[in-house]
Amino acid sequence: MSIDVEQFHGVFFDESEEHLQAMEDLLMTIDVDDPDIEELNSIFRAAHSIKGGSGIFGFDALTGLTHVMETLLDRARNQTMALDTAIVDVFLETVDTLKATLTAYREQQPLPDEQIAAGIEKLEATLKRQDGQAQLLAQAEAAEVEEDEGFGFFDDIPEPVAEADGTSTDALFGDLAFGATEAEDSASSAAVKADEEDDGFGFFTDIPAPEAKKDDAEEDGFGFFVDLPEPAKTAPVNVTPIKSAAQKPAAKNNNSQSKESGSIRVDTGKIDGMVNLVGELVITQSMLSMIGRDIDGQSGELLQAAIAELQRNTREIQESVMSMRMLPINMTFNRFPRVVRDLSQKLGKQVKLVIEGGATEIDKSLIEKLVDPLTHLVRNSIDHGIESPQTRAEAGKPASGTVILSAEQKGSSIIISISDDGAGLSRERIMDKALQNGLPVSLDMPDSEVWQLIFQPGFSTAAEVTDVSGRGVGMDVVRRNIESIGGRIEIESNLGRGSSFSIHLPLTLAIVDGMCVTVGKQIFVMPLLNIIESFQPKPEQIQTIGNDNVLWIRDEYWPLLPLHQMMQVDDAIQEPTESIIVLLESGKNRLGVQVDALMGQQQVVIKSLEKHYKKVAGVAGATIMGDGKVALIIDVDSMAQSCQLNIKQEVCA
Amino acid sequence: MSDSTLQQSPVASNEKEFLSFVLGKEHYALDITTVKEIRGYEAATKIANAPAFIKGVLNLRGDIVPIVDLRLKFNVGEATYNEFTIVIMLHVHERIVGVVVDGVSDVVRLTEDDILPPPEFGVAFDSQYLLGLSEVDDTMVILVNIEKLITSDALALVDPNQNMSLAG
Repeated sequence: MSIDVEQFHGVFFDESEEHLQAMEDLLMTIDVDDPDIEELNSIFRAAHSIKGGSGIFGFDALTGLTHVMETLLDRARNQTMALDTAIVDVFLETVDTLKATLTAYREQQPLPDEQIAAGIEKLEATLKRQDGQAQLLAQAEAAEVEEDEGFGFFDDIPEPVAEADGTSTDALFGDLAFGATEAEDSASSAAVKADEEDDGFGFFTDIPAPEAKKDDAEEDGFGFFVDLPEPAKTAPVNVTPIKSAAQKPAAKNNNSQSKESGSIRVDTGKIDGMVNLVGELVITQSMLSMIGRDIDGQSGELLQAAIAELQRNTREIQESVMSMRMLPINMTFNRFPRVVRDLSQKLGKQVKLVIEGGATEIDKSLIEKLVDPLTHLVRNSIDHGIESPQTRAEAGKPASGTVILSAEQKGSSIIISISDDGAGLSRERIMDKALQNGLPVSLDMPDSEVWQLIFQPGFSTAAEVTDVSGRGVGMDVVRRNIESIGGRIEIESNLGRGSSFSIHLPLTLAIVDGMCVTVGKQIFVMPLLNIIESFQPKPEQIQTIGNDNVLWIRDEYWPLLPLHQMMQVDDAIQEPTESIIVLLESGKNRLGVQVDALMGQQQVVIKSLEKHYKKVAGVAGATIMGDGKVALIIDVDSMAQSCQLNIKQEVCA
Repeated sequence: MSDSTLQQSPVASNEKEFLSFVLGKEHYALDITTVKEIRGYEAATKIANAPAFIKGVLNLRGDIVPIVDLRLKFNVGEATYNEFTIVIMLHVHERIVGVVVDGVSDVVRLTEDDILPPPEFGVAFDSQYLLGLSEVDDTMVILVNIEKLITSDALALVDPNQNMSLAG
């Protein structure tokens, strides 16, 4: 029977990624002096699952690396090897290498062979270092091990079962795996010791081709169990609870796994499809209520009541569908204990990381895009913000610095902040650097404007360039990344007491808070985030430069862009003084946009124009209004830039 | 209606179904498998800096779909919009595009043998967008290669850099 194994690759990759994350989390929290055996077991099992899965799918590089890692982990959990920080470091590095390898397999890129080889070497070196101690113990136990050798056969059997149970719907296998996992724990350690006894370490150095005698048993096992995934064809949704039933008994205190129970893995495409359909439902419902207004009499009243009920239900459906896309921000925050640990060690600083509000939920698409900017900011805080222990002591602060990573929801936006109790931003140094770079600054600028200078390209006040930071390529990229997901970043800083970077983000990318404006008969939507204010201009506020009008407001000239001109609407109000001006801001660009009238504020679902058409200049996307008509959403960023360009051209001409 | 459409015989392997439509006084037809649906014309939301034959975008059950008026593009007939004006929604290369026509008339079945090579001139469409000519009930029907037309640079419905992937 032939089965297309590739259909399970995605599941394997996802699960392995989760296993790696779990390993990393556990390694981070482990107490090297008094390790919790349960935690070590969980780490071991995670490595073992990856090894098993990668063996089935033929991802040999993963198998090789996890195998050596497993050997070391096994000794640690059997307490035949004492853990120390160096070993944990090696494990963490291995997790990194495994992650890189996994990504390479997933994206079908060339494998990081050198990194893998180096990783295996490092693990083996650790293994050899432990050799002396381990050898004694191994010999002492050799006698009993001999008797247990029969278990060698069972060693790998549970593995395919554990792999298959993710896709099988038969609860029986859950039980089987449960029982087998326990057997495996004792059996595999016995087998490993048996190997040590027989071949010394010869077996472990052969890693790239892990084809030793015990693999024969493994193959038998696979031959039988590979057929299991079959039922999955009719039931493509993973039944995760069974998997946790198999793994959980031994992992009582593993939070990430217990959270997993009762959840299913669903393709994001399916959720997006639902979001779309619910959007349609909202529109249909508002059409119904429009029609319902024309119906009089008793049936009209009944209809109104029914429509009101429908309205409530649709809103609830919309909310629950949107919540499906939301994930706790811990998905992003989880990686930072590692970043902080590595970096503070490297820089010889003592840093404590505090994470607050990790359960705050945020759109899945934002989670991925937040990783880079946040990593950069956290690294900055540690590298530039937190001082060395001596400096801190001199300043009368505790030797250990604190970085607080927090997230909270305020209205329809999420605020993520990175605060440290370090040195704070130095106004003088920023001003010096700004003058050096020829930026337009004045000495009496308010602090808030001075802080914004660090977002300029090529701006770094770091005394020396390290491989951590200081090249000045970072902060402008951070700001751009954050703005590209509709957010903004603010800085607060106190010299000597620390600084705080807060990122304000919309809850989701799928919906935007917009201001609906009319130009002629057409409706446009402006993102509320970009709007500063709107007003009707007085004649003296409008001045003409060349062919264009500019706006004079609060002692500043603003470019004025008539939206009807930009969007080629014929029947709009031409005279600026009879129309409404909306002041918009995007990044450092500001402009006034002339529209006919404001209609009101509304949450709109963003739809792509590119899907069936192409990108339109000055338009970020489209949305569907209550009457089913399409309204275009203004892209303030590109509009401001094109406006800036026009002015420059005219000045040059 | 022609007899051939009334008979519910299965489509022979070499037979293809075409939807015939009217532009001005001329009769055209396109491959029916590309047709998603046919609906009445309604005003679209105008798009800035687009050629006049792109009438704008419409909401088709949640998809934002561009509407092209072929009469304007190829100078056939008069671009009038009334209750008889029809939009054929096409589904080509994962994209949906609406095409404004004066009316749809029939579904015709044609075999390879029924199709004559397209003329080099005398038709509003560039011959590269034509599959050929055919005669149905004594009327000349021009068969349009709609996939080629929709993805062509002439209609500019697709970004040039996206075009490559569509061709594949």
